[in-house]
Amino acid sequence: MAKPAVLVLTGYGINCDEETRYAFERAGAAARIVHINDIISSPSMLSEFQIAVFPGGFSYGDDTGSGKALADRIRNNLMDEFSAFIGRDTLMMGICNGFQVMTNLGIVPGLEAPIGNVQISLESNTSARYQCRWVDLAAVPGNPSVFLRGIDRLHVPVAHGEGNFYAPPEVLAAIEEKGLVALRYAKSDGSPAGGEFPFNPNGSMNDIAAISDQSGRILGMMPHPERNILFTQREDWTYLREKARREGVRVPVEGEGLALFRNAVSYFG
Amino acid sequence: MDESRYRIEVYSTIADHRGEALRARLVRLGYDVSAVTITDNYLVNADLSGEELESVARMLANPVTRAFTVNRPFAPERFRYAIEVGFLPGVTDNLAHTARESMEDLLKRRLDPKTSVFSSTGYFIDGGLSRVDAERIGMELYNPLIQRLKVLDRPEYTTAGGMGRALPLVRIHERTVADEVDLEIPEDELRRLGREGIPDSDGSRRGPLALDMLSLDAIRRYFREDEKRNPTDVELESIAQTWSEHCKHTIFAARLDELDDGIFRRFIREATMRVRREKGADDFCVSVFEDNSGGIEFDDDYVVSDKVETHNSPSALDPFGGAITGVVGVNRDTIGFGMAARPIANRYGFCFADPFDETPLYRSKDEGSRLLSPRRIMEGVVQGVNVGGNCSGIPTPQGFVYFDDRYKGKPLVFVGTIGLIPAKIDGKPSTEKKAMPGDHIVMAGGRVGRDGIHGATFSSEALGSGSPATAVQIGDPITQKKMSDAIIKEAREKGLYHSITDNGAGGLSCSVAEMAREAGGFEVELEKVPLKYPGLAPWQIWVSESQERMTLSVPPEKSGEFIALMESRGVEATVIGRFTGSKRGMVTYHGEKVFDLDMDFLHNGLPQKSLKTSRPTGPTLHPDIPAPSDLGGALLDMLERLNIAGFEFISTQFDHEVQSNSTLKPLHGPGRVNASASVIRPLPDSVKGVVLSQGLYPSYSEIDPYRMAACSIDTAVRNAIAAGGSLGRLALLDNFCWCDSDNPERLWQLRQAAQACYDYAVAYGTPYISGKDSMYNDFHGYDANFNPVSISVPPTLLISSIGIVADVWRCQTMDFKFEDDFIYLTGITNDETAGSEYAAMASESAGRRGALYGSEVPRVDAAANARLYLAYEAALARGLVASSVSLERGGLGVALARSAMAGKLGADVDLALVPGAAELREDIILFSETQGRLLASVAPANAAAFEELFAGMPCARIGRVTRDGVLRIRGCDGAPMVSCGVDDLLDSYRKTFGDF
Repeated sequence: MAKPAVLVLTGYGINCDEETRYAFERAGAAARIVHINDIISSPSMLSEFQIAVFPGGFSYGDDTGSGKALADRIRNNLMDEFSAFIGRDTLMMGICNGFQVMTNLGIVPGLEAPIGNVQISLESNTSARYQCRWVDLAAVPGNPSVFLRGIDRLHVPVAHGEGNFYAPPEVLAAIEEKGLVALRYAKSDGSPAGGEFPFNPNGSMNDIAAISDQSGRILGMMPHPERNILFTQREDWTYLREKARREGVRVPVEGEGLALFRNAVSYFG
Repeated sequence: MDESRYRIEVYSTIADHRGEALRARLVRLGYDVSAVTITDNYLVNADLSGEELESVARMLANPVTRAFTVNRPFAPERFRYAIEVGFLPGVTDNLAHTARESMEDLLKRRLDPKTSVFSSTGYFIDGGLSRVDAERIGMELYNPLIQRLKVLDRPEYTTAGGMGRALPLVRIHERTVADEVDLEIPEDELRRLGREGIPDSDGSRRGPLALDMLSLDAIRRYFREDEKRNPTDVELESIAQTWSEHCKHTIFAARLDELDDGIFRRFIREATMRVRREKGADDFCVSVFEDNSGGIEFDDDYVVSDKVETHNSPSALDPFGGAITGVVGVNRDTIGFGMAARPIANRYGFCFADPFDETPLYRSKDEGSRLLSPRRIMEGVVQGVNVGGNCSGIPTPQGFVYFDDRYKGKPLVFVGTIGLIPAKIDGKPSTEKKAMPGDHIVMAGGRVGRDGIHGATFSSEALGSGSPATAVQIGDPITQKKMSDAIIKEAREKGLYHSITDNGAGGLSCSVAEMAREAGGFEVELEKVPLKYPGLAPWQIWVSESQERMTLSVPPEKSGEFIALMESRGVEATVIGRFTGSKRGMVTYHGEKVFDLDMDFLHNGLPQKSLKTSRPTGPTLHPDIPAPSDLGGALLDMLERLNIAGFEFISTQFDHEVQSNSTLKPLHGPGRVNASASVIRPLPDSVKGVVLSQGLYPSYSEIDPYRMAACSIDTAVRNAIAAGGSLGRLALLDNFCWCDSDNPERLWQLRQAAQACYDYAVAYGTPYISGKDSMYNDFHGYDANFNPVSISVPPTLLISSIGIVADVWRCQTMDFKFEDDFIYLTGITNDETAGSEYAAMASESAGRRGALYGSEVPRVDAAANARLYLAYEAALARGLVASSVSLERGGLGVALARSAMAGKLGADVDLALVPGAAELREDIILFSETQGRLLASVAPANAAAFEELFAGMPCARIGRVTRDGVLRIRGCDGAPMVSCGVDDLLDSYRKTFGDF
């Protein structure tokens, strides 16, 4: 089986490109970090890739709105090419700032074709402060996301100042009705966060942490699965290791975020 | 006043969370505020068609949640006052910069970078507010040194048609030529020249050169005898930068008493050289003291660098700008290390006055000169490090906060950066670099403005009313991130340059002259340097400290490729001259020679100072601390103290997970207790890690500066060991932040501390790899009643530790994990409470704030401690330890509480079992700050193996972990003395900063 080719976007303050590439490589893909200006100068290169990722970061320092200026750069230069990319049997993922970029491009939730119509927004956290903390996520049954196949729960960090999911009432209703909510913030036992801080770290409507498009090939999420690829990345790994040792159980090496990337690779298997 | 063509105001159409958060903050500060609405405003001064204007405005406003007005003042339904905060002319406006780039991309044409786009923030405030209230709120929202403020009440706002469209353009009418400076003047005039700066034609002074008579004499002699002419202002300013305390560390280099070679060579460098000699084949230092950072071996293929800087004076004036500039500045010490290392972690340390103290201080006898309050300084500094680190994608796991009233005149802001670089690049050691004659001098990154002029000389002066406003800069992490990525990820691998250094203190004057040491000489054409705005004099271009710039030495045949690469990454890079082998530095401005100096004089002409020390009369100690009636209450009170309380609000707003290298994190356990050490794993496919920690005890300094330094080193070492570090692979960094350093008594304290730095680094085998000093942290101004007041920081030595962890799987957190685990204390406890946090609490509760209680400052027995640390290291390596914490401020009581709170488990502890306890009172056992001690919990099954490792050493099982969530401590006679629920401990621990 040929390794799927992953485009990991970089430039202008994107800063999770290296660890995102590592996650895909470890999952079995061939991932390449590409500067957006190199795509603008040769847009046809998009056809070489099966998966495109907008990694986390601080593109343009969040100036004019998080993810907005980078989305504008794409909108002003590469909109047709990205539309064509999505039109093929490809996968696309946006993490944190990448989710904000996809949102500002109208790629998710993508309720109506063609893409480009902005329908939702990631607003300032209700705490009005950057939050870097680990959260629990519950996958939403029935959501079509390719990335979340077989995943019920996920323990990964968030790190953002603007991750507060907002949609106008009719859009929110449509997203829920079509089952596009992919992950919700939860308590550690898996029960809904119910908007309660810190379980829902930013005040997101309906505890929404991730949404997909209708095909399941596109996923946008605020939390960072690429930050739980190794077991020692967890905030509670020293406790879990101690527990495993005493129970005589093998201590894991990998983290549970890797499953998302393996799912993406398997899609092309 | 020029008016902008367009003013676009963007407002929220849904609940405004930023406004709501500000409302809540203002209410906490005591204002009657019922609603706050915030707008983002843009002045767009460009010729746009109606269609273009519409699309520009639409681009600036999220269509789902925002709307905009163009040339029509926005007004929410409810507001009483409108406040606008924008930048002063010439101050970096990052938002406007991005907005302009997006507009250019949309319009497919260039807009004037200097005059076309400006941003501001609007606040519409409703509530029961007077004009005075509104003005005060305005003061809360802006900083007069860098921003402009406009406060209008509703009728005024309506009548004036909003905030207006005046463009904040820079208007400078300086002479843009070089001036000759006459040095053949009377001695008092010459002295004044050094202190106040070069006189302009109108008689005003340009700001301190910070040159003393000794230096001025040497300069005058050089020009009289060697050059046979007067210097130009460019030359004099440049020499002042190069010779500044900040750059040349004149005090550390000075002859001190009988020490001809000075403190740095005698104590710091010599310690490193001796440790390296004694380690022999185990020496892991790669680059020490000579580059922008220090470097140690990570493994066979990689080198790790570290550097800790201070940014104190700028942070006092503009806490946000000072701190963010400090962070991006020290990041450049990583990018400028060797052939350019990649920043992989930031560290921080803040010394502030009590944030709840709102009593004013003034710089001069003028209401308007009020210093920002300690709270404002803290909030601004924290926000600055937040934005600096987060926006750059560099994790910030490790740091501390420390409070003392003596930081009220000047806070200390420490920022450090750890870097990673392949040991070899293109087959050559990556830490060696050499600018070659003929290489182009290339400046890459930001443009040059008047920002930060006299920063290097300013830091050599005490903070007073003459502090120059131009010393303030605001860093732009995104400009730097673009440059950093382009250099480290691309240009370095392509071999496009021979050498690289950063532009920090002294700007081009220092970076070019420094690199020219490698080649021999340089020639710079100053008019080629890209400027932010016109009107800069040549000397300003040469010494400006505008941020985000690196200087590179690029072979001429590669400079086209280098510049094209930078351009394709959105980074400006310009050839501004070339390196030569001439032994002279030459600068021209539009063809006219403005600087022509002998390189040897520039670098080595600074005469060595000669300083004397004098032993001060130490403070009087009150050895008998009144015994508390309720030890549990005392423990709860200790946990609330500023220097012990949790600061989770800082840890969670600094992204410590980016780059996915975080392994031991800033908060431990389900109780989320702040850790004193962090571990990162820089390469996911290697199990090796890097441990980071620090130690500082400013409260010991006046009592015993030698022991203060010894304790700082011991703590920095011990904290790293507790987390999983190895004594054999541990290096140190020293940051001295002293005060009043012309005073022989302060110099005596300095010498004592430096002597201890030598003794203990040698004893532990821990070399210094980098250091920085800041010698004048004094404030001279006025108190609340406008009486003169001087405040000096306590002599502050920060020792940072960095170590290589052989295998991150051996690392351990502080949280108790399982009930019935045994609790072990290693190390002896003595009655050592002088300067301790417990003594400070005692003096405050006795109503004698500032009085020094306690017996003596802890004495460090390095030989005994080293044995304990090696045993402890082995216990961790063998996986015998289930929780691990170092005893620091607050001693055993606080350490027990931290492990219990972190694990949300209780403990039963007997003080009678504590080694050394026999003679001591229980409160002393609990809170004495004796060094060398570690607290571990161990599974009963591992107890024998653990004890065996400590055979013959002080190590005792003092209790066990319990499930009921109560910390119970029995006194020496077995009587219960403390019984505190973990939830109560956590309440106290979290209360102090709960509102931040």
